[in-house]
Amino acid sequence: MAAASTPYEKMNVAVIGAGVVGLTCAAELLGRGAHVVVHERGPGIGAQSCSWYAGGMLAPWCEGESAEEPVVRLGQEAACWWERHAGGVVRQGTLVLAPSRDRVELGSFGRRTSHFDEIDREAITALEPDLAGRFSRGLFFREEAHLDPRKAIAALAERLVAKGGVIHFGSGVEAADLDADIVLDCRGLVARDVLPDLRGVKGEMLLLRSHEIGLSRPIRLLHPRIPLYIVPRDDGLFMVGATMIESGDRRRISARSMLELLGAAYALHPAFGEAEIIEIGTDARPAFPDNLPRLIRRGRVIHVNGLYRHGFLLSPAMARMAADAALNPQARPEMLHDLAA
Amino acid sequence: MASFYGFEPNNPLFLGTARYPSPAILADAVKRSGTEVVTVSLRRESGGEGAGQAFWELIRELGVKVLPNTAGCYTVKEAVTTAQMAREVFGTPWIKLEVIGEEDTLQPDVVGLIEAARILSDDGFQVFPYTTEDIVVAGRLVDAGCEVLMPWGAPIGSGRGLNNLYGLRTLRRHFPDIPLVVDAGIGLPSHAAQAMELGYDGILLNTAVAKAGDPPAMAEAFALAIRAGRLAFEAQPIEARDMAAPSTPVMGKAFLA
Repeated sequence: MAAASTPYEKMNVAVIGAGVVGLTCAAELLGRGAHVVVHERGPGIGAQSCSWYAGGMLAPWCEGESAEEPVVRLGQEAACWWERHAGGVVRQGTLVLAPSRDRVELGSFGRRTSHFDEIDREAITALEPDLAGRFSRGLFFREEAHLDPRKAIAALAERLVAKGGVIHFGSGVEAADLDADIVLDCRGLVARDVLPDLRGVKGEMLLLRSHEIGLSRPIRLLHPRIPLYIVPRDDGLFMVGATMIESGDRRRISARSMLELLGAAYALHPAFGEAEIIEIGTDARPAFPDNLPRLIRRGRVIHVNGLYRHGFLLSPAMARMAADAALNPQARPEMLHDLAA
Repeated sequence: MASFYGFEPNNPLFLGTARYPSPAILADAVKRSGTEVVTVSLRRESGGEGAGQAFWELIRELGVKVLPNTAGCYTVKEAVTTAQMAREVFGTPWIKLEVIGEEDTLQPDVVGLIEAARILSDDGFQVFPYTTEDIVVAGRLVDAGCEVLMPWGAPIGSGRGLNNLYGLRTLRRHFPDIPLVVDAGIGLPSHAAQAMELGYDGILLNTAVAKAGDPPAMAEAFALAIRAGRLAFEAQPIEARDMAAPSTPVMGKAFLA
């Protein structure tokens, strides 16, 4: 091989899990010269990973409304990383709106966040012509971005393989079975068997198709109990998400949740009342008690987990830190927790 | 201190557990406030066998009493069923009974509330009913077996404080021996202090702490305000008056030439 100069070239890294965390870690390590093999128990890239149901908002400042400081700071790496490794990043910002009766929520949201402009009816119309006249005030986070998670994951996996990475599907392995130098355990909620602090936070989402309305950027619709968002995708698709329920359940979708999601879409624009329902989905996000992600090193195994509702937003920063920890045993990246092997 | 079905907390702050930024922040808020009772909603966290187990474990680790609630129930049947499930999950006869009657104000359906309170009391529950300040309704709830009453301050989550001070004062005077907790509508520690100054026995709140910028600090602020309000009540406040009353009497003043 031509570029044989890095000291890490001979390191063999096994990654368990081909969700957003596993694939970003694999791409990051491959980029730094490691030999990478990904083991995924599912038959392909897809619905066994909770990232399949993600919104794909790269919105670090908006997340600051409820998330702690590391999420806002580390999340700022995301848009560039995804642009470089998968493409398809849309940099159109985020628009935060509230129905007139809940307008006080805009003030609270603004006090907890930064990097936005307060905009009026005309500015909202200029950004999103199809919402003309429907909202009189909003917050515009112009530096934020979004992507289509399913396309991003597929593109990431494709480039990984093109660059010499290996992905084994249908490969339900245990860390102990693998004789790699470093094993990255990126199994999400499944890793509860070894990470007892991990819990599931259920989310439900739906995909709608409408050609009557077009949006250029994710819209967050504030409401005191159920803040929801709508993310435009190609071909008239809209992702509406997502509930947050303290439950590890990954299957059941409640009528109430669908009412809330559809109600939010309809409140944004009545055209959504005529939209076609393409898919309803649910999964549980893996989270630690502080809802912050962790790297946990146990000898040669490094767990990368607990990205909660921030899979696409935080996986680039977590992959960077996981790679630092994998390639250098002395490295102490900030989200690292060392445990006895 | 008042007795809530035999439980006499030193700290009469009842804290809701919903909508904190994380369970760790919730745990900090409970610790910093010294609260001894937390309320937990059953319906939103359930979803299959043991699905919400991890969250229950986090609540149990707080080491405080759990007051399950029937938040979001709109009918008597729904509320009773939720209460029965809660008793099974938490192993407590306590239930904070909510029967919501109106979607915009989330105000209680007091007719359904009285019926559900009777059914649950007869079934051995110790009911904490979320009600209005209406004294006739309060009397019916006591007749139905409730030994605690929880009138609203203002609509749930509105943070408006004590909307009907006169009504709350009247309720206190009509039911001097029933423990009364202001539940819902509290936005600021001063609202909580005000209720305690009226002689209320406790404050139940959630949003004002959970959605504050720093929930643990706000929880502590509420605990301090509640203590101040209680102390003020016990210290027997003066009555307000229309005219000034000099705090330094003129009579007996020394003449300094």
